[in-house]
Amino acid sequence: MDQIALLIAATLASGTPLAIAGLGLLINEKSGVLNLGAEGIMLVAAIAGFAAAHASGSDWLAFAAGAAAGALLAAGFGVLVIWLNTNQYATGLALSLFGYGFSAFVGIGYVGQKLAERTPFEVPGLAQIPFIGPALFRQHPMVYIAIGLIALAMWFLYRSRAGLVLRAVGESPESAHALGYKVRWIRLLAVTAGGALCGVAGAFLSVVYAPLWVEGLVAGRGWIALALTTFATWRPLRVLFGAYLFGGVTMAQFALQGAGVEISSQLLAMLPYLATVVVLAIISRNPTWIRINMPASLGRPFHPGA
Amino acid sequence: MLKLEPRAQPSKLMSLLSPVLALVLTAILAGILFAVLGKDPVRGLAMYFVEPFANLRQISELVLKATPLIVIALGLAVCYRSNVWNIGAEGQFLLGIIAGGGVALWLTTHGIVLPKIVAVPLVLAAGVLGGMAWAGITALLRDRFNASEILVSLMLVYVAQQLVNYLVFGAWKDPMGFNFPQTKNFDASTWLTPIVPGTRMNAGIVIALVFVALTWVFLFRLFRGFQLQVGGLAPAAARYAGFSGSAALWTALLVSGGLAGLAGGIEAIGTFRQITPHVSTGLGFTAIIVCFVGRLHPVGIVFAGLLLSTMIIGGELGQSRLGLPNALSGVFQGLLLVLLLACDTLIHFRIRLRPAPAAAR
Repeated sequence: MDQIALLIAATLASGTPLAIAGLGLLINEKSGVLNLGAEGIMLVAAIAGFAAAHASGSDWLAFAAGAAAGALLAAGFGVLVIWLNTNQYATGLALSLFGYGFSAFVGIGYVGQKLAERTPFEVPGLAQIPFIGPALFRQHPMVYIAIGLIALAMWFLYRSRAGLVLRAVGESPESAHALGYKVRWIRLLAVTAGGALCGVAGAFLSVVYAPLWVEGLVAGRGWIALALTTFATWRPLRVLFGAYLFGGVTMAQFALQGAGVEISSQLLAMLPYLATVVVLAIISRNPTWIRINMPASLGRPFHPGA
Repeated sequence: MLKLEPRAQPSKLMSLLSPVLALVLTAILAGILFAVLGKDPVRGLAMYFVEPFANLRQISELVLKATPLIVIALGLAVCYRSNVWNIGAEGQFLLGIIAGGGVALWLTTHGIVLPKIVAVPLVLAAGVLGGMAWAGITALLRDRFNASEILVSLMLVYVAQQLVNYLVFGAWKDPMGFNFPQTKNFDASTWLTPIVPGTRMNAGIVIALVFVALTWVFLFRLFRGFQLQVGGLAPAAARYAGFSGSAALWTALLVSGGLAGLAGGIEAIGTFRQITPHVSTGLGFTAIIVCFVGRLHPVGIVFAGLLLSTMIIGGELGQSRLGLPNALSGVFQGLLLVLLLACDTLIHFRIRLRPAPAAAR
């Protein structure tokens, strides 16, 4: 029973960075820009956050450092694709490759350094309930903040005027432009905000989840977060559920090993990636369903006056 | 103020100048970074871009490293020209190593000694099939299930890496290898042997150049290649002309998967001659940069392959001789691609100096 409670707790912790990054990419994509640089952004943010936590001991400074690094890189990406009209796929890919190299370079001095295990935040009262307490209410505060962010995004996208403008820019930049909205600046803002959230997710991985630094620490989670937006058909709440689902798959491999199942660890390590592929295929199966839900201008550049 | 103005025609000249410009900018930034790290920028740059050409042995290492980059990038050029975004060449390359190396290992463990003229093509053919099969998964999921080829091909890289580990930690581990996770050394009859005495340079580069020519013919002289590129540039026009999008997708992915697999086969018997967990060094990702720097053109890719190979070897030299971190090589590679894409803006736009408009809109 305790085992199961711990497994649920670990699933939430493992799903949280995916949820935050997935949400960032969702906001990014709602504006019509696809950022394949998520993996690189998360890597650079992870080492920025790790360095900040290592120097200051504060998680919150680490998240701020991660968010700043992520926002900076994403803004650079945004200027390239939005103003210089570079190919979004190629530029994102370039950012991922750069981020991998750059984080490895910056992180050389931190390889093998370990941060102290974070003491979980116990929700007063609820953390003492047997089973439910250890499963749900003894987590890093960021786990709850992530849920709050999802709720905030739901309100922002579907209940606020600014969210409506953002969606309009993503669905039909021409119409939004004709109405007098600055399409390119709105896109840059969305891309930067998305990068900041990816950055927080990266810092969470290196500071709370790991908590250590190794080269390539993010291990494909940036790409999984990208898949998550399709999986969620661009709805925030589904991003959260998808993130927990993938978190669960990641944890399942450890649970299976712990239970003494006779499968080699290498095959189990394939699970999250295979699950992503399978889920992506199932969700994308119906092209109409994807077309209806996808921001209509996703990946398409916009030049005002053209 | 500066203003970007669309050109009536894409500039051919800028298309060729852009990689040069990007390289110069990368070198300038690299020099600044060396200075920040407290090293002499001139010596640092010399280590990265000149020293790899110092002597015959060094040059042969350069060519050896460029070979898989060129072969993989050729396939990617076919893909990207068809607007198929295969970014998982690393995975297809690893499957080439598994399949090609697997055949070499099977021959070795069964004590079968074939003449080199039979063994080497057998291994390379297996590599091609391995890469094709891996890319085929992506093609199938895209074709039948509409799943993004970008994400599927990339996810399969992680799966392929675990597959290599699974084999060398398990069934393929050398029983006499002191429990190291690595296979036996392949029998010498399967090796690609050096063609220049005193170096490690093997026939791989000859194979690569043959495929450079074949890819050029395919892209620019065969109807099939033309169909693919029309589909990439103008999908609506391709549909109207009755070119099958699904056939183009399969062709692009199988060609690029096959070539990445071939590169894997060449590396397996030309460089590694056994399989270890360290066969994945990211060449499949560097090849993406090679492909763009080479302007998605077979001839350009040869030069770009040599350039990126120079940067990789320069990184190793910088580490051993100047104590610079090897990770810098990755930074410069990423930087080169980012700057290249930025410079590519000048192909479609020109910069105009304009007096600031009197009345701001």
